[in-house]
Amino acid sequence: MSFRGKIAAVAAFLIVVFVVVPWLIAATGRSDLYYTLTSVALLAIAGAGVWITFYIGRINMGQGAYALIGGYACAILVVKCGISFWVSLPLAGLVCAAASVLVGLPILRLRGTYFCMITLVFTEVARLSALALPITNGAKGISNIPLPGPIEVFGVVLVPDFSTLANSRLAFYFLSAGLMVLCFAGLYRLVHSRMGQLCLSLQQNEELASSIGVNIANLRVIAYAISSFLGGVGGALFISISQSIYPSSFTVNDSLNFMLSCFLGGLGYVFGPIIGTFVLYFGWDLLFTTGEYQLLIYSTILIALILVLPNGILSLRPYGWKRGT
Amino acid sequence: MGELLKVTDLTKRFGGLVAVNHVTFSVREGEIVSVIGPNGAGKSTLFKLISSFLRPTSGEVQFKGERISGLAPHIAARRGVVRTFQETTIFKGMSVRDNVITAHHLRSKAGLAGFYFGSAVARNDQMEFARSAEEIVNFVGLGALAEERASNLPHGHLRALGIAIGLATNPTVLLLDEPFAGMNHEETQRAIELVRDVRGRGVTILLVEHDMPAVMKISDRIVVLNFGERIAEGTPQEIQNNEKVIEAYLGRVDESIGL
Repeated sequence: MSFRGKIAAVAAFLIVVFVVVPWLIAATGRSDLYYTLTSVALLAIAGAGVWITFYIGRINMGQGAYALIGGYACAILVVKCGISFWVSLPLAGLVCAAASVLVGLPILRLRGTYFCMITLVFTEVARLSALALPITNGAKGISNIPLPGPIEVFGVVLVPDFSTLANSRLAFYFLSAGLMVLCFAGLYRLVHSRMGQLCLSLQQNEELASSIGVNIANLRVIAYAISSFLGGVGGALFISISQSIYPSSFTVNDSLNFMLSCFLGGLGYVFGPIIGTFVLYFGWDLLFTTGEYQLLIYSTILIALILVLPNGILSLRPYGWKRGT
Repeated sequence: MGELLKVTDLTKRFGGLVAVNHVTFSVREGEIVSVIGPNGAGKSTLFKLISSFLRPTSGEVQFKGERISGLAPHIAARRGVVRTFQETTIFKGMSVRDNVITAHHLRSKAGLAGFYFGSAVARNDQMEFARSAEEIVNFVGLGALAEERASNLPHGHLRALGIAIGLATNPTVLLLDEPFAGMNHEETQRAIELVRDVRGRGVTILLVEHDMPAVMKISDRIVVLNFGERIAEGTPQEIQNNEKVIEAYLGRVDESIGL
Protein backbone atom coordinates (compact mmCIF):
# COMPACT_ATOMS: atom_id res chain seq x y z
CA MET A 1 0.00 0.00 0.00
CA SER A 2 1.13 3.53 -0.67
CA PHE A 3 1.72 5.97 2.16
CA ARG A 4 -1.60 7.67 1.45
CA GLY A 5 -3.37 4.34 1.37
CA LYS A 6 -1.96 3.50 4.78
CA ILE A 7 -3.04 6.83 6.27
CA ALA A 8 -6.52 6.31 4.85
CA ALA A 9 -6.73 2.77 6.22
CA VAL A 10 -5.61 3.88 9.69
CA ALA A 11 -8.06 6.79 9.69
CA ALA A 12 -10.89 4.48 8.61
CA PHE A 13 -10.01 2.00 11.37
CA LEU A 14 -9.92 4.73 14.03
CA ILE A 15 -13.26 6.15 12.89
CA VAL A 16 -14.87 2.71 12.97
CA VAL A 17 -13.51 1.93 16.43
CA PHE A 18 -14.16 5.26 18.11
CA VAL A 19 -17.20 6.64 16.25
CA VAL A 20 -19.09 4.07 14.21
CA VAL A 21 -19.10 1.25 16.76
CA PRO A 22 -20.33 3.36 19.73
CA TRP A 23 -22.91 4.96 17.46
CA LEU A 24 -24.16 1.61 16.16
CA ILE A 25 -24.34 0.19 19.64
CA ALA A 26 -26.26 3.22 20.88
CA ALA A 27 -28.63 2.98 17.90
CA THR A 28 -29.32 -0.72 18.36
CA GLY A 29 -29.25 -0.71 22.15
CA ARG A 30 -26.98 -3.76 22.26
CA SER A 31 -24.76 -2.36 25.02
CA ASP A 32 -23.70 -5.91 25.98
CA LEU A 33 -21.47 -5.77 22.90
CA TYR A 34 -19.29 -3.24 24.71
CA TYR A 35 -18.14 -5.93 27.07
CA THR A 36 -17.32 -8.28 24.18
CA LEU A 37 -15.42 -5.66 22.21
CA THR A 38 -13.58 -4.48 25.30
CA SER A 39 -12.46 -8.06 25.90
CA VAL A 40 -11.34 -8.39 22.29
CA ALA A 41 -9.25 -5.23 22.63
CA LEU A 42 -7.51 -6.28 25.82
CA LEU A 43 -6.95 -9.82 24.60
CA ALA A 44 -5.48 -8.38 21.41
CA ILE A 45 -2.99 -6.42 23.52
CA ALA A 46 -1.81 -9.61 25.20
CA GLY A 47 -1.88 -11.30 21.78
CA ALA A 48 0.44 -8.61 20.44
CA GLY A 49 2.97 -9.79 23.01
CA VAL A 50 2.77 -13.36 21.75
CA TRP A 51 3.16 -12.03 18.23
CA ILE A 52 6.51 -10.43 19.15
CA THR A 53 7.86 -13.74 20.43
CA PHE A 54 6.76 -15.31 17.16
CA TYR A 55 8.68 -12.55 15.42
CA ILE A 56 11.93 -13.61 17.06
CA GLY A 57 11.18 -17.22 16.14
CA ARG A 58 9.78 -18.57 19.39
CA ILE A 59 6.36 -20.10 19.95
CA ASN A 60 5.02 -18.66 23.18
CA MET A 61 2.30 -20.66 24.91
CA GLY A 62 2.68 -18.97 28.26
CA GLN A 63 1.13 -15.54 27.84
CA GLY A 64 -1.73 -16.49 30.17
CA ALA A 65 0.79 -16.65 33.02
CA TYR A 66 1.85 -13.06 32.44
CA ALA A 67 -1.75 -11.91 32.10
CA LEU A 68 -2.41 -13.56 35.47
CA ILE A 69 0.70 -12.07 37.08
CA GLY A 70 -0.19 -8.64 35.66
CA GLY A 71 -3.74 -8.96 36.91
CA TYR A 72 -2.68 -9.92 40.41
CA ALA A 73 0.05 -7.28 40.51
CA CYS A 74 -2.44 -4.60 39.56
CA ALA A 75 -5.07 -5.88 42.01
CA ILE A 76 -2.59 -6.00 44.88
CA LEU A 77 -1.23 -2.54 44.09
CA VAL A 78 -4.72 -1.05 43.94
CA VAL A 79 -6.37 -2.91 46.83
CA LYS A 80 -3.55 -3.50 49.30
CA CYS A 81 -1.22 -0.61 48.56
CA GLY A 82 -3.88 1.92 47.60
CA ILE A 83 -2.05 3.03 44.49
CA SER A 84 -4.08 4.59 41.69
CA PHE A 85 -5.11 2.23 38.88
CA TRP A 86 -3.46 4.49 36.32
CA VAL A 87 -0.08 4.01 37.98
CA SER A 88 -0.69 0.33 38.75
CA LEU A 89 -1.46 -0.48 35.11
CA PRO A 90 2.04 0.21 33.74
CA LEU A 91 3.59 -1.06 36.98
CA ALA A 92 1.83 -4.40 36.48
CA GLY A 93 3.36 -4.53 33.03
CA LEU A 94 6.79 -3.78 34.45
CA VAL A 95 6.41 -6.50 37.10
CA CYS A 96 5.73 -8.97 34.30
CA ALA A 97 8.65 -7.68 32.24
CA ALA A 98 10.96 -8.14 35.24
CA ALA A 99 9.64 -11.65 35.86
CA SER A 100 10.10 -12.52 32.20
CA VAL A 101 13.72 -11.39 32.22
CA LEU A 102 14.45 -13.80 35.08
CA VAL A 103 12.59 -16.64 33.40
CA GLY A 104 13.71 -15.75 29.88
CA LEU A 105 17.45 -15.70 30.49
CA PRO A 106 17.69 -19.47 30.87
CA ILE A 107 14.78 -20.66 28.73
CA LEU A 108 15.23 -18.45 25.66
CA ARG A 109 18.24 -20.55 24.75
CA LEU A 110 15.77 -23.28 23.83
CA ARG A 111 14.20 -23.39 20.40
CA GLY A 112 11.19 -24.86 18.67
CA THR A 113 9.06 -27.32 20.57
CA TYR A 114 11.31 -27.25 23.64
CA PHE A 115 10.66 -23.58 24.28
CA CYS A 116 7.03 -24.10 23.45
CA MET A 117 6.59 -26.93 25.97
CA ILE A 118 8.27 -25.01 28.77
CA THR A 119 6.11 -21.94 28.26
CA LEU A 120 3.04 -24.17 28.21
CA VAL A 121 3.80 -25.08 31.80
CA PHE A 122 4.01 -21.44 32.92
CA THR A 123 0.30 -20.78 32.97
CA GLU A 124 -0.24 -23.74 35.24
CA VAL A 125 2.65 -22.67 37.47
CA ALA A 126 1.16 -19.18 37.74
CA ARG A 127 -2.28 -20.57 38.57
CA LEU A 128 -0.95 -22.90 41.26
CA SER A 129 1.20 -20.14 42.74
CA ALA A 130 -1.82 -17.87 42.89
CA LEU A 131 -3.66 -20.63 44.76
CA ALA A 132 -0.83 -21.19 47.22
CA LEU A 133 0.62 -17.76 47.95
CA PRO A 134 -0.82 -15.78 50.88
CA ILE A 135 -0.65 -12.43 49.07
CA THR A 136 -2.99 -13.61 46.31
CA ASN A 137 -5.63 -14.78 48.76
CA GLY A 138 -5.80 -18.35 47.43
CA ALA A 139 -8.89 -19.67 45.68
CA LYS A 140 -11.02 -16.77 46.90
CA GLY A 141 -8.95 -14.42 44.79
CA ILE A 142 -9.19 -10.68 45.10
CA SER A 143 -12.59 -9.15 44.55
CA ASN A 144 -14.20 -5.75 45.06
CA ILE A 145 -11.43 -4.02 43.20
CA PRO A 146 -12.45 -0.38 42.92
CA LEU A 147 -13.11 1.13 39.50
CA PRO A 148 -10.35 3.35 38.09
CA GLY A 149 -10.29 6.78 39.76
CA PRO A 150 -9.94 10.13 38.07
CA ILE A 151 -6.78 11.53 36.46
CA GLU A 152 -6.30 15.18 37.38
CA VAL A 153 -3.50 17.45 36.29
CA PHE A 154 -3.41 20.81 38.10
CA GLY A 155 -7.05 20.46 38.99
CA VAL A 156 -8.12 19.78 35.41
CA VAL A 157 -9.93 16.45 35.17
CA LEU A 158 -8.53 14.56 32.17
CA VAL A 159 -10.29 11.27 32.90
CA PRO A 160 -13.30 11.23 35.22
CA ASP A 161 -13.73 8.78 38.09
CA PHE A 162 -15.17 5.64 36.46
CA SER A 163 -17.53 5.01 39.40
CA THR A 164 -19.28 8.35 38.83
CA LEU A 165 -19.98 7.61 35.17
CA ALA A 166 -23.46 6.68 34.04
CA ASN A 167 -22.05 4.38 31.39
CA SER A 168 -18.79 2.87 32.60
CA ARG A 169 -19.01 0.24 29.85
CA LEU A 170 -18.45 2.89 27.21
CA ALA A 171 -15.55 4.31 29.23
CA PHE A 172 -13.92 0.89 29.50
CA TYR A 173 -14.44 0.35 25.81
CA PHE A 174 -12.68 3.60 25.00
CA LEU A 175 -9.93 2.80 27.48
CA SER A 176 -9.05 -0.62 26.12
CA ALA A 177 -9.60 0.30 22.48
CA GLY A 178 -7.37 3.34 23.02
CA LEU A 179 -4.67 1.24 24.64
CA MET A 180 -4.96 -1.32 21.88
CA VAL A 181 -4.43 1.35 19.23
CA LEU A 182 -1.46 2.70 21.19
CA CYS A 183 0.00 -0.77 21.60
CA PHE A 184 -0.27 -1.67 17.94
CA ALA A 185 1.04 1.71 16.80
CA GLY A 186 4.08 1.08 19.01
CA LEU A 187 4.41 -2.46 17.72
CA TYR A 188 4.18 -1.31 14.11
CA ARG A 189 6.94 1.20 14.72
CA LEU A 190 9.05 -1.45 16.44
CA VAL A 191 8.73 -3.90 13.58
CA HIS A 192 9.61 -1.26 11.00
CA SER A 193 12.58 0.08 12.92
CA ARG A 194 16.06 -1.39 13.16
CA MET A 195 14.92 -3.48 16.13
CA GLY A 196 12.33 -5.19 13.96
CA GLN A 197 14.95 -5.98 11.37
CA LEU A 198 17.20 -7.51 14.01
CA CYS A 199 14.29 -9.53 15.46
CA LEU A 200 13.59 -10.83 11.98
CA SER A 201 17.26 -11.79 11.62
CA LEU A 202 16.92 -13.83 14.84
CA GLN A 203 13.82 -15.52 13.48
CA GLN A 204 15.56 -16.48 10.27
CA ASN A 205 18.98 -17.51 11.50
CA GLU A 206 20.34 -17.00 14.99
CA GLU A 207 23.84 -18.24 14.20
CA LEU A 208 24.24 -15.85 11.32
CA ALA A 209 22.80 -13.04 13.43
CA SER A 210 25.41 -13.63 16.10
CA SER A 211 28.17 -13.80 13.51
CA ILE A 212 27.32 -10.31 12.28
CA GLY A 213 27.70 -9.02 15.81
CA VAL A 214 24.17 -9.13 17.18
CA ASN A 215 24.02 -9.95 20.88
CA ILE A 216 21.30 -12.52 20.36
CA ALA A 217 20.83 -13.45 24.03
CA ASN A 218 20.21 -9.82 24.88
CA LEU A 219 17.86 -9.13 22.03
CA ARG A 220 15.78 -12.23 22.76
CA VAL A 221 15.33 -11.18 26.38
CA ILE A 222 14.37 -7.63 25.39
CA ALA A 223 11.76 -8.92 22.95
CA TYR A 224 10.42 -11.38 25.52
CA ALA A 225 10.22 -8.65 28.16
CA ILE A 226 8.20 -6.43 25.81
CA SER A 227 5.98 -9.40 25.08
CA SER A 228 5.35 -10.05 28.78
CA PHE A 229 4.84 -6.37 29.49
CA LEU A 230 1.94 -6.40 27.05
CA GLY A 231 0.60 -9.59 28.64
CA GLY A 232 0.68 -7.90 32.03
CA VAL A 233 -1.06 -4.77 30.77
CA GLY A 234 -3.75 -6.94 29.18
CA GLY A 235 -4.27 -8.79 32.47
CA ALA A 236 -4.35 -5.59 34.52
CA LEU A 237 -6.92 -4.09 32.18
CA PHE A 238 -9.03 -7.20 32.54
CA ILE A 239 -9.21 -7.00 36.33
CA SER A 240 -10.17 -3.33 36.27
CA ILE A 241 -13.21 -4.28 34.21
CA SER A 242 -14.20 -7.48 35.99
CA GLN A 243 -13.26 -5.89 39.34
CA SER A 244 -12.01 -9.25 40.53
CA ILE A 245 -9.33 -11.82 39.83
CA TYR A 246 -9.10 -15.53 40.63
CA PRO A 247 -6.40 -18.13 39.97
CA SER A 248 -8.57 -19.39 37.12
CA SER A 249 -9.02 -15.98 35.47
CA PHE A 250 -6.41 -16.92 32.88
CA THR A 251 -5.92 -20.60 32.12
CA VAL A 252 -3.90 -22.69 29.70
CA ASN A 253 -6.80 -22.30 27.27
CA ASP A 254 -6.33 -18.54 27.23
CA SER A 255 -2.62 -18.98 26.59
CA LEU A 256 -3.44 -21.17 23.62
CA ASN A 257 -5.99 -18.69 22.37
CA PHE A 258 -3.43 -15.88 22.42
CA MET A 259 -1.17 -18.01 20.28
CA LEU A 260 -4.01 -19.11 18.05
CA SER A 261 -5.12 -15.55 17.43
CA CYS A 262 -1.64 -14.75 16.12
CA PHE A 263 -1.73 -17.74 13.79
CA LEU A 264 -5.20 -16.92 12.63
CA GLY A 265 -4.54 -13.25 11.94
CA GLY A 266 -1.22 -13.95 10.27
CA LEU A 267 2.26 -14.12 11.73
CA GLY A 268 3.60 -11.88 9.00
CA TYR A 269 1.26 -9.03 9.81
CA VAL A 270 1.57 -6.67 12.74
CA PHE A 271 -2.19 -6.28 12.99
CA GLY A 272 -2.78 -10.02 12.82
CA PRO A 273 -3.57 -10.44 16.54
CA ILE A 274 -6.41 -7.86 16.37
CA ILE A 275 -8.18 -9.65 13.53
CA GLY A 276 -7.33 -13.06 14.98
CA THR A 277 -8.71 -12.27 18.43
CA PHE A 278 -11.81 -10.69 16.94
CA VAL A 279 -12.57 -13.70 14.75
CA LEU A 280 -11.78 -16.21 17.50
CA TYR A 281 -13.94 -14.46 20.07
CA PHE A 282 -16.93 -13.77 17.83
CA GLY A 283 -16.61 -17.10 16.04
CA TRP A 284 -16.95 -18.89 19.35
CA ASP A 285 -19.91 -16.78 20.40
CA LEU A 286 -21.70 -17.17 17.08
CA LEU A 287 -21.47 -20.95 17.34
CA PHE A 288 -23.11 -20.84 20.76
CA THR A 289 -26.47 -21.84 19.26
CA THR A 290 -25.05 -25.17 18.04
CA GLY A 291 -24.94 -26.35 21.65
CA GLU A 292 -22.95 -29.49 22.27
CA TYR A 293 -21.39 -29.39 18.80
CA GLN A 294 -19.89 -25.95 19.42
CA LEU A 295 -16.34 -27.12 20.11
CA LEU A 296 -16.40 -29.67 17.31
CA ILE A 297 -17.51 -27.21 14.64
CA TYR A 298 -15.25 -24.49 16.02
CA SER A 299 -12.12 -26.63 15.93
CA THR A 300 -12.94 -28.04 12.49
CA ILE A 301 -13.24 -24.53 11.12
CA LEU A 302 -9.97 -23.53 12.77
CA ILE A 303 -8.11 -26.50 11.32
CA ALA A 304 -9.58 -25.79 7.90
CA LEU A 305 -8.64 -22.11 8.13
CA ILE A 306 -5.07 -22.89 9.09
CA LEU A 307 -4.82 -25.38 6.22
CA VAL A 308 -6.34 -23.09 3.61
CA LEU A 309 -4.81 -19.85 4.89
CA PRO A 310 -1.45 -20.78 6.41
CA ASN A 311 -0.41 -17.13 6.36
CA GLY A 312 -3.48 -15.97 8.23
CA ILE A 313 -6.64 -14.07 7.47
CA LEU A 314 -4.72 -10.92 6.55
CA SER A 315 -3.11 -12.74 3.64
CA LEU A 316 -6.54 -12.65 2.02
CA ARG A 317 -6.70 -9.55 -0.09
CA PRO A 318 -9.32 -8.22 -2.47
CA TYR A 319 -8.27 -8.80 -6.07
CA GLY A 320 -5.85 -6.19 -7.36
CA TRP A 321 -4.44 -5.16 -3.97
CA LYS A 322 -0.71 -5.28 -3.83
CA ARG A 323 0.91 -7.32 -1.13
CA GLY A 324 2.40 -5.03 1.47
CA THR A 325 3.83 -5.57 4.90
CA MET B 1 52.99 -6.99 8.09
CA GLY B 2 52.50 -7.96 11.68
CA GLU B 3 50.83 -11.07 12.99
CA LEU B 4 47.13 -10.33 13.11
CA LEU B 5 45.69 -13.62 14.21
CA LYS B 6 47.66 -15.99 16.36
CA VAL B 7 46.48 -19.51 17.16
CA THR B 8 48.49 -20.96 20.04
CA ASP B 9 48.39 -24.56 21.14
CA LEU B 10 44.66 -24.75 20.46
CA THR B 11 42.91 -27.94 21.58
CA LYS B 12 39.28 -28.98 21.51
CA ARG B 13 38.02 -32.25 22.94
CA PHE B 14 34.51 -33.65 22.50
CA GLY B 15 34.39 -36.33 25.17
CA GLY B 16 37.06 -38.81 24.14
CA LEU B 17 37.53 -37.34 20.68
CA VAL B 18 40.25 -34.79 20.17
CA ALA B 19 38.96 -32.73 17.26
CA VAL B 20 41.72 -30.15 17.32
CA ASN B 21 45.01 -31.14 18.90
CA HIS B 22 47.59 -28.50 19.94
CA VAL B 23 47.36 -26.52 16.73
CA THR B 24 49.58 -23.47 16.35
CA PHE B 25 49.81 -21.07 13.43
CA SER B 26 49.40 -17.42 12.66
CA VAL B 27 47.95 -15.19 9.98
CA ARG B 28 49.65 -11.97 8.95
CA GLU B 29 47.91 -8.83 7.87
CA GLY B 30 46.74 -8.86 4.25
CA GLU B 31 47.36 -12.57 3.71
CA ILE B 32 45.14 -15.25 2.27
CA VAL B 33 45.70 -18.36 4.35
CA SER B 34 43.92 -21.66 3.72
CA VAL B 35 43.30 -24.51 6.10
CA ILE B 36 43.01 -27.85 4.31
CA GLY B 37 42.82 -31.47 5.36
CA PRO B 38 40.89 -34.68 4.69
CA ASN B 39 37.33 -35.03 5.97
CA GLY B 40 37.15 -35.06 9.75
CA ALA B 41 40.53 -33.40 10.11
CA GLY B 42 39.06 -30.76 12.43
CA LYS B 43 38.88 -27.84 10.02
CA SER B 44 35.34 -26.83 10.90
CA THR B 45 36.01 -27.14 14.60
CA LEU B 46 39.08 -24.96 14.23
CA PHE B 47 36.95 -22.39 12.46
CA LYS B 48 34.35 -22.39 15.18
CA LEU B 49 37.05 -21.98 17.80
CA ILE B 50 38.55 -18.97 16.05
CA SER B 51 35.17 -17.27 15.61
CA SER B 52 34.23 -18.05 19.24
CA PHE B 53 31.29 -20.29 18.33
CA LEU B 54 33.03 -22.96 20.42
CA ARG B 55 35.11 -22.68 23.58
CA PRO B 56 38.56 -24.29 23.39
CA THR B 57 39.55 -27.00 25.87
CA SER B 58 42.99 -25.43 26.09
CA GLY B 59 45.12 -22.98 24.18
CA GLU B 60 43.92 -19.70 22.80
CA VAL B 61 43.36 -17.50 19.79
CA GLN B 62 44.72 -13.98 19.87
CA PHE B 63 43.70 -11.15 17.63
CA LYS B 64 45.95 -8.09 17.69
CA GLY B 65 47.41 -9.40 20.91
CA GLU B 66 44.04 -9.85 22.66
CA ARG B 67 42.42 -13.16 23.42
CA ILE B 68 39.25 -13.67 21.38
CA SER B 69 38.62 -17.36 21.92
CA GLY B 70 36.09 -18.62 24.45
CA LEU B 71 34.04 -15.41 24.37
CA ALA B 72 30.92 -15.18 22.23
CA PRO B 73 30.48 -14.92 18.45
CA HIS B 74 29.16 -11.38 18.59
CA ILE B 75 32.15 -10.24 20.64
CA ALA B 76 34.64 -11.77 18.22
CA ALA B 77 32.72 -10.08 15.41
CA ARG B 78 32.83 -6.77 17.23
CA ARG B 79 36.62 -7.05 17.50
CA GLY B 80 36.84 -7.65 13.75
CA VAL B 81 36.97 -11.43 13.27
CA VAL B 82 33.90 -12.44 11.27
CA ARG B 83 33.04 -15.80 9.78
CA THR B 84 30.84 -16.71 6.84
CA PHE B 85 28.90 -19.94 6.60
CA GLN B 86 28.17 -22.43 3.92
CA GLU B 87 25.49 -21.49 1.47
CA THR B 88 22.26 -22.17 3.33
CA THR B 89 23.07 -19.78 6.14
CA ILE B 90 21.52 -16.51 5.01
CA PHE B 91 18.43 -14.57 6.06
CA LYS B 92 16.20 -16.53 3.69
CA GLY B 93 13.06 -14.46 3.93
CA MET B 94 14.72 -11.11 3.27
CA SER B 95 15.73 -9.53 0.00
CA VAL B 96 19.40 -9.56 -0.95
CA ARG B 97 19.66 -5.89 -0.07
CA ASP B 98 17.98 -6.33 3.32
CA ASN B 99 20.34 -9.18 4.13
CA VAL B 100 23.27 -6.85 3.64
CA ILE B 101 21.63 -3.88 5.36
CA THR B 102 20.86 -6.02 8.40
CA ALA B 103 24.47 -7.15 8.53
CA HIS B 104 25.59 -3.54 9.05
CA HIS B 105 24.68 -3.92 12.71
CA LEU B 106 28.21 -3.33 13.98
CA ARG B 107 28.46 -0.05 12.14
CA SER B 108 25.47 1.55 13.81
CA LYS B 109 26.20 4.54 15.98
CA ALA B 110 22.66 4.89 17.29
CA GLY B 111 21.12 2.56 19.88
CA LEU B 112 17.90 0.61 19.41
CA ALA B 113 15.93 3.38 21.14
CA GLY B 114 17.45 5.90 18.74
CA PHE B 115 16.29 3.81 15.81
CA TYR B 116 12.85 3.42 17.38
CA PHE B 117 12.31 7.15 17.77
CA GLY B 118 14.11 8.00 14.54
CA SER B 119 16.85 10.19 16.01
CA ALA B 120 19.12 12.16 13.69
CA VAL B 121 22.01 9.75 14.34
CA ALA B 122 19.78 6.79 13.54
CA ARG B 123 18.51 8.33 10.31
CA ASN B 124 22.08 9.05 9.34
CA ASP B 125 22.99 5.41 10.09
CA GLN B 126 20.07 4.25 8.01
CA MET B 127 21.19 6.26 5.00
CA GLU B 128 24.77 5.14 5.44
CA PHE B 129 23.71 1.46 5.66
CA ALA B 130 21.68 1.75 2.48
CA ARG B 131 24.52 3.44 0.60
CA SER B 132 27.11 0.96 1.81
CA ALA B 133 24.83 -2.04 1.16
CA GLU B 134 24.34 -0.81 -2.40
CA GLU B 135 28.10 -0.63 -2.85
CA ILE B 136 28.74 -4.08 -1.35
CA VAL B 137 25.95 -5.76 -3.32
CA ASN B 138 27.41 -4.35 -6.52
CA PHE B 139 30.92 -5.31 -5.44
CA VAL B 140 30.04 -8.99 -5.10
CA GLY B 141 28.17 -8.86 -8.39
CA LEU B 142 24.60 -9.14 -7.14
CA GLY B 143 23.56 -5.64 -8.18
CA ALA B 144 20.88 -6.88 -10.58
CA LEU B 145 19.42 -9.19 -7.92
CA ALA B 146 19.27 -6.72 -5.02
CA GLU B 147 15.48 -6.91 -4.76
CA GLU B 148 15.33 -10.69 -5.07
CA ARG B 149 14.27 -12.79 -2.11
CA ALA B 150 17.44 -14.46 -0.87
CA SER B 151 15.91 -17.95 -0.81
CA ASN B 152 15.41 -17.71 -4.60
CA LEU B 153 19.10 -17.23 -5.39
CA PRO B 154 21.03 -19.98 -7.15
CA HIS B 155 23.97 -21.72 -5.56
CA GLY B 156 26.89 -19.57 -6.66
CA HIS B 157 25.10 -16.35 -5.82
CA LEU B 158 24.36 -17.55 -2.30
CA ARG B 159 28.10 -17.71 -1.61
CA ALA B 160 28.52 -14.20 -2.92
CA LEU B 161 25.71 -13.09 -0.64
CA GLY B 162 27.41 -14.79 2.30
CA ILE B 163 30.58 -12.85 1.55
CA ALA B 164 28.57 -9.64 1.16
CA ILE B 165 27.03 -10.20 4.59
CA GLY B 166 30.51 -10.72 6.02
CA LEU B 167 31.83 -7.57 4.37
CA ALA B 168 28.98 -5.50 5.73
CA THR B 169 30.33 -6.02 9.24
CA ASN B 170 33.54 -4.28 8.21
CA PRO B 171 35.81 -7.16 9.26
CA THR B 172 39.56 -7.11 9.71
CA VAL B 173 39.77 -10.87 9.26
CA LEU B 174 37.14 -12.73 7.28
CA LEU B 175 36.85 -16.49 7.81
CA LEU B 176 35.39 -18.17 4.73
CA ASP B 177 33.84 -21.60 5.17
CA GLU B 178 34.30 -23.60 1.94
CA PRO B 179 33.70 -20.70 -0.43
CA PHE B 180 34.23 -22.86 -3.53
CA ALA B 181 32.36 -26.03 -2.55
CA GLY B 182 29.97 -27.41 -5.15
CA MET B 183 30.95 -24.92 -7.84
CA ASN B 184 31.83 -25.67 -11.44
CA HIS B 185 35.09 -24.50 -12.96
CA GLU B 186 33.79 -21.19 -14.21
CA GLU B 187 32.02 -20.34 -10.96
CA THR B 188 35.15 -21.18 -9.03
CA GLN B 189 37.18 -18.81 -11.19
CA ARG B 190 34.76 -16.00 -10.47
CA ALA B 191 34.72 -16.80 -6.75
CA ILE B 192 38.55 -16.78 -6.66
CA GLU B 193 38.51 -13.34 -8.26
CA LEU B 194 35.98 -12.18 -5.71
CA VAL B 195 38.05 -13.43 -2.77
CA ARG B 196 41.10 -11.66 -4.20
CA ASP B 197 39.09 -8.47 -4.57
CA VAL B 198 37.96 -8.78 -0.97
CA ARG B 199 41.60 -8.95 0.06
CA GLY B 200 42.14 -5.91 -2.13
CA ARG B 201 39.77 -4.02 0.19
CA GLY B 202 42.24 -4.59 3.00
CA VAL B 203 40.57 -7.65 4.52
CA THR B 204 42.77 -10.50 5.70
CA ILE B 205 41.36 -13.89 4.74
CA LEU B 206 41.46 -17.30 6.36
CA LEU B 207 39.58 -20.01 4.50
CA VAL B 208 38.71 -23.65 4.86
CA GLU B 209 38.37 -25.47 1.57
CA HIS B 210 38.29 -28.84 -0.16
CA ASP B 211 38.88 -27.65 -3.70
CA MET B 212 42.66 -28.16 -4.00
CA PRO B 213 43.32 -26.47 -7.34
CA ALA B 214 41.50 -23.37 -6.09
CA VAL B 215 43.40 -23.40 -2.80
CA MET B 216 46.73 -23.73 -4.58
CA LYS B 217 45.86 -20.83 -6.82
CA ILE B 218 44.64 -18.41 -4.21
CA SER B 219 46.62 -19.00 -1.03
CA ASP B 220 49.72 -17.21 0.18
CA ARG B 221 50.18 -19.91 2.77
CA ILE B 222 48.47 -23.19 3.59
CA VAL B 223 48.00 -24.98 6.90
CA VAL B 224 47.32 -28.71 6.65
CA LEU B 225 45.41 -30.57 9.35
CA ASN B 226 45.07 -34.31 9.75
CA PHE B 227 43.27 -35.97 12.67
CA GLY B 228 43.20 -32.64 14.45
CA GLU B 229 46.93 -32.03 14.23
CA ARG B 230 48.82 -29.56 12.14
CA ILE B 231 51.00 -31.69 9.90
CA ALA B 232 52.36 -29.01 7.61
CA GLU B 233 52.43 -25.33 6.91
CA GLY B 234 53.91 -23.42 4.01
CA THR B 235 53.47 -21.93 0.57
CA PRO B 236 51.40 -23.86 -1.98
CA GLN B 237 54.66 -24.98 -3.60
CA GLU B 238 56.01 -26.40 -0.36
CA ILE B 239 52.74 -28.10 0.51
CA GLN B 240 52.50 -29.82 -2.87
CA ASN B 241 55.86 -31.44 -2.29
CA ASN B 242 55.39 -32.27 1.36
CA GLU B 243 55.65 -36.00 2.08
CA LYS B 244 53.33 -35.94 5.08
CA VAL B 245 50.63 -34.12 3.16
CA ILE B 246 50.75 -36.54 0.28
CA GLU B 247 50.56 -39.40 2.75
CA ALA B 248 47.57 -37.88 4.53
CA TYR B 249 45.67 -37.76 1.26
CA LEU B 250 45.42 -41.55 0.74
CA GLY B 251 49.15 -42.03 0.95
CA ARG B 252 49.80 -41.62 -2.77
CA VAL B 253 49.96 -39.01 -5.47
CA ASP B 254 46.38 -38.14 -6.22
CA GLU B 255 44.87 -36.06 -8.96
CA SER B 256 42.25 -34.66 -6.67
CA ILE B 257 44.78 -32.58 -4.78
CA GLY B 258 46.09 -31.10 -7.93
CA LEU B 259 49.44 -32.81 -8.14
